[in-house]
Amino acid sequence: MFKKLALSAAMALALTTGGAFAAGAEGHVEDFDFSFEGPFGTFDQMQLQRGLQVYTEVCSACHGLRYVSFRSLAADSGPGLPEDQVRAYAEQNFEVFDAELDDFRPATPADNFPVNDSLGAPDLSLMAKARAGFHGPYGTGINQFLKGMGGPEYIASLLTGYTGETLEQAGTILYENTAFPGGYISMAPPLYGDDVEYADGAEATIEAEAKDVAAFLMWAAEPKMMARKQAGFVGVVFLTLLSVLLYLTNKRIWAPVKGKKKHA
Amino acid sequence: MAGIPHDQYEPKTGGEKWVHSRLPIIGLLYDTIMAPTPKNLNWMWIWGIILTFTLVLQIATGISLVMHYTPDTSMAFASVEHIMRDVNGGWALRYLHQNGASLFFVAVYAHIFRGLYYGSYKEPREITWIIGILIYLLMMGTAFMGYVLPWGQMSFWGATVITGLFGAIPFVGETIQTWLLGGPAVDNYTLTRFFSLHYLFPFVIAGLVIVHIWAFHTTGNNNPTGVEVRRTSKAEADKDTLPFWPYFVIKDLFALAVILAVFFAIIGFMPNYLGHPDNYIEANPLATPAHIVPEWYFLPFYAILRAFTADVWVVQIASFVTGGIIDAKFFGVLAMFGSIAVMALAPWLDTSSVRSGKYRPMFKWWFALLVIDFIVLMWVGSQQTEFPYDWISLIASAYWFAYFLVILPLLGVIEKPIPRPDTIEEDFADHYGKSSDTAGTTAATPAE
Repeated sequence: MFKKLALSAAMALALTTGGAFAAGAEGHVEDFDFSFEGPFGTFDQMQLQRGLQVYTEVCSACHGLRYVSFRSLAADSGPGLPEDQVRAYAEQNFEVFDAELDDFRPATPADNFPVNDSLGAPDLSLMAKARAGFHGPYGTGINQFLKGMGGPEYIASLLTGYTGETLEQAGTILYENTAFPGGYISMAPPLYGDDVEYADGAEATIEAEAKDVAAFLMWAAEPKMMARKQAGFVGVVFLTLLSVLLYLTNKRIWAPVKGKKKHA
Repeated sequence: MAGIPHDQYEPKTGGEKWVHSRLPIIGLLYDTIMAPTPKNLNWMWIWGIILTFTLVLQIATGISLVMHYTPDTSMAFASVEHIMRDVNGGWALRYLHQNGASLFFVAVYAHIFRGLYYGSYKEPREITWIIGILIYLLMMGTAFMGYVLPWGQMSFWGATVITGLFGAIPFVGETIQTWLLGGPAVDNYTLTRFFSLHYLFPFVIAGLVIVHIWAFHTTGNNNPTGVEVRRTSKAEADKDTLPFWPYFVIKDLFALAVILAVFFAIIGFMPNYLGHPDNYIEANPLATPAHIVPEWYFLPFYAILRAFTADVWVVQIASFVTGGIIDAKFFGVLAMFGSIAVMALAPWLDTSSVRSGKYRPMFKWWFALLVIDFIVLMWVGSQQTEFPYDWISLIASAYWFAYFLVILPLLGVIEKPIPRPDTIEEDFADHYGKSSDTAGTTAATPAE
């Protein structure tokens, strides 16, 4: 009875939000290293391109990327594809529905990636921000402060977390996954290793593929991350300087009033 | 106008006289900026400026965001992504506005607890205190409705849970809930009215802020000793005070710069730390998130709301006495609003004749416990309602009420305060030594 309840709960989660905040069993999320971590981390352009390749050849079969535009693939702070390659990539790989033609046509750089909800799979545009890999301890948020929210870590852990065990539940096959809250997920293992042949010749182990696509999805969710960190850094430096100047001004202004300090 | 005696504005040039005789606005600004301020104010007196700045920041970023946002359930989520991806600097506006709410509440809690410790709510500053509580309530309403606008999962379900509270009011609850939502459940009509009110409330807050400042400029600032500025003559008042400009403006700006440096670090390096990942999933009325939690600044009151379950004896008594009209759900709602109401009543619940907690040896400890209690409530509000969290939240909620309803009235009777300085000048001299001379003070004050 309990098992049945747990399974239906797991399935409900798998089919709906897949909430990272599931009550009870939290999945195990590996703290993968990514180049964009920390205040000075930047996206690895080659990794984003490899991740794009994994998304295109594997994930896009079921998952959409509706908020990401093709033209943004040319961004220097993103995958940085040359414009002609972006054009060719969009045209060769995706068709979008054109309301004016009332028909599908090959995608152009001006389009967004198409919506893909035919199988009920969630859109991946914001997936790396919509999941938290790290929690606690005890609701204090210290882990998230130290390691980050853990969105991309969660994605990479999920993709490498299949144990190979399956369960049949009401005609649906669920796959055991160590990262997924509740332990069983309705998505079949998408990666096995060597699923793609990387254009840059990198080795396509399952872990490398998982990390690459997780990095790509982090960029897809937060394309302005580089500009953001730079602005944050400049802001902190200038405000610190301003603080020093105001501190000295304040001291100077108060000096005649205060006289010598007696005790601290 | 009553108040601390100080220099009055004298129009000098012909132009100034012309304006002054028609609208004394320059005089008003002069009196505000040169307001005599107790010279012993410590660093807990910076939060007013931080709050004023944050209000302006939120209004400025908010007005820009409105230019690109669409208040429609089918487009709201996408329009926020449009701001984040396509609008120039849109990500900065959005993150500033989103985290600005957190800055606002950090500052307001510091400001409120400053007032509670130094007795700023006491006679003659009750009106300042009450207006402050009104501002705080409006801030909570504004923040809550603003959180609904991105139309994420937590927006939708948070709105459902919180408006559901009003449904717990006996007899009229459902009608009120429908009126608030604009219909039977959270939907497009809810989003549009929340959007409208989220835009309106900050301007009401701005108006109340002006009244708040007007009120304490009439009574004068409180200060760490709680001893009033002497106001029999200007010469005497001058010994206790310094003009707001430049002494306190520069001091407050220094504090503002330090706080903004931290704020920018959060915007730049971890803008989603204080948010909730589920709000990056578009609202879906068919899928309830596993764990619905409000934003961190609501957690203490959310904890009080959930603390009073049906098996708590006070709830059972209330239910029995009222013949079941007050059930556990309604009791929780009453407790949540009551927890703010008792804070509003602090001026009349505190019976001590001594204003500042500095000179109240017993009060100090109870106050420290209240601060810890607030932090415990905030933490327990984010946890599940199971053992031991249910007990922790119940005990912590009980202390909150006990502090205002029992401890504050009792302490005034049983506590023996320690001696206070007679004047602010004395307190200041005790810290910093005698000011070199009065001539030096006046010389350092710029004429204009």
